[in-house]
Amino acid sequence: MNEFLLVIHRDLISKDASPSPEQMQASIKPFQDWIGGIAAQNKLVSQPKRWDGGGRVIKQNNTVINGPYAEIKESVGGLFLIRAADYDEAVEIAKGCPVLEWGAVVEVRMAL
Amino acid sequence: MENSDLLPHLFRTEYRKLVSVLCYLFGIEHIEIAEDIVSDTFLSATELWSFNKVPENPTGWLYTVAKNKTKNYLKRNALFDQKLSTDLTYNAHKGEELDLDLSTKNIADSQLAMIFTVCNPCISGESQIALALNLLCGFGIQEIADAFLTSKDVIYKRINRAKSALKEAQIKIEQPTVTEISNRLDTVLTTLYLLFSEGYFSTAQNILLRKDLCAEAMRLTYLLIENEATNKPSVNALFALMSFHASRFDTRTDDQGDIILYQDQDETRWNQELIEQGTYYLNQASTGTRLTKFHLEAGIAYWHTHKEDTPEKWESILQLYNQLLMLDYSPLAALNRTFALAKANGKQEAIREAEKLKLTDNHYYYALLGYLYTDIDSTKAVRHFETALTLTDSITVKTALLKNIDRLMNPVAL
Repeated sequence: MNEFLLVIHRDLISKDASPSPEQMQASIKPFQDWIGGIAAQNKLVSQPKRWDGGGRVIKQNNTVINGPYAEIKESVGGLFLIRAADYDEAVEIAKGCPVLEWGAVVEVRMAL
Repeated sequence: MENSDLLPHLFRTEYRKLVSVLCYLFGIEHIEIAEDIVSDTFLSATELWSFNKVPENPTGWLYTVAKNKTKNYLKRNALFDQKLSTDLTYNAHKGEELDLDLSTKNIADSQLAMIFTVCNPCISGESQIALALNLLCGFGIQEIADAFLTSKDVIYKRINRAKSALKEAQIKIEQPTVTEISNRLDTVLTTLYLLFSEGYFSTAQNILLRKDLCAEAMRLTYLLIENEATNKPSVNALFALMSFHASRFDTRTDDQGDIILYQDQDETRWNQELIEQGTYYLNQASTGTRLTKFHLEAGIAYWHTHKEDTPEKWESILQLYNQLLMLDYSPLAALNRTFALAKANGKQEAIREAEKLKLTDNHYYYALLGYLYTDIDSTKAVRHFETALTLTDSITVKTALLKNIDRLMNPVAL
């Protein structure tokens, strides 16, 4: 088993891609069920936490700017660690992420 | 109570009290002397009571005999007197008659102190539980071995290692400090829950004894609630959980001692007083910021005190299992979560999720798959129930599985 980082990037800037409060409310249960399913397989290493959408970005010369990254629309919405045999399995688990439906992007990275 | 049940019953309830009081008096380094005196007391009872009439107040008899044996031991054992008695926390003047304090308060104090001594972090969690079951609950080595599905030898070694570690660390048996409470309370609670579960979930036929175990576990937990320092939300949550479970105790088995499944239980016989007690302590537990697995399990047990299937019930149970699994994975919780998923989101989704679990050495897993495929694919359902049959030795479980298979093979025409 390997550890994988699952990072959910969401478009927090452009309004048109953002879900409505009702849609967000409706996505809570599928999200909790998805995480519960991963945990039920004993493949959840660390729980997802909620992350502030703003954040800070530190650059060369200690320049600090307000996040999210100015150049790209998607920023980190949530991240957590799972266990999986390989990329194929980790990707299969990530495909279940219900936030994908709302335009989110899930990044999968294997710990070395 | 039948005579044959009386001694095992008293052994359960009194052994640990006497050992606790004696250890409180002697210090943990003389734990074997305490155990010897108490074992000897019970041996005397076994011998005398099997020939003569059982005394009117058996507990009082045990206390008196234990007191006398302690006095005799201290008087006669010259070695102890010279070398060890200086260690005694008992501070009576020399020559004064030793009086073993077996008052309710001293028993409660001694037990609280012992609970926290046994759950000292200098011994591993599994050793703490084994030692606690042995010293605080009067479990025999064989029973502990059965509970942990391991050999007597392993448990014997585990308990002795734990005792040596406690002695080596020279742990003082005293009322726990605030820091000790926050460090060790979780282990203490796990131990108490394990004791309760041994009574509640075990398939042993002796209902009286099992009920007694549950009552003792609840009494020990209540001991922690009664003490201001240990009256924490997690303790209240555990007590609520135990109360909810215990409310169904009498409806879980029929006259033959066979298990009656939840859906077949007569809910009018559930103990409303215990349900109200559970609700009260679950509310008491809802303070602070720390969510423990006991809170979540108590929440699930609360919903199970509502027999009727409602979407709200199963959705709440599902979400509580989701959280429980994130906090603390266990195969049983994973299986129960999948059952709740079937109730809340439908069988098709639950089948997809169940097949990911791959708990292929577990008969509950195949029984669950059998249940999920019932009404969807009878052939597959039968096959799963049959696989479950090969994985269990329990007659009760086998009977239930065969009943399911029979129902699928010979459907009743409507």
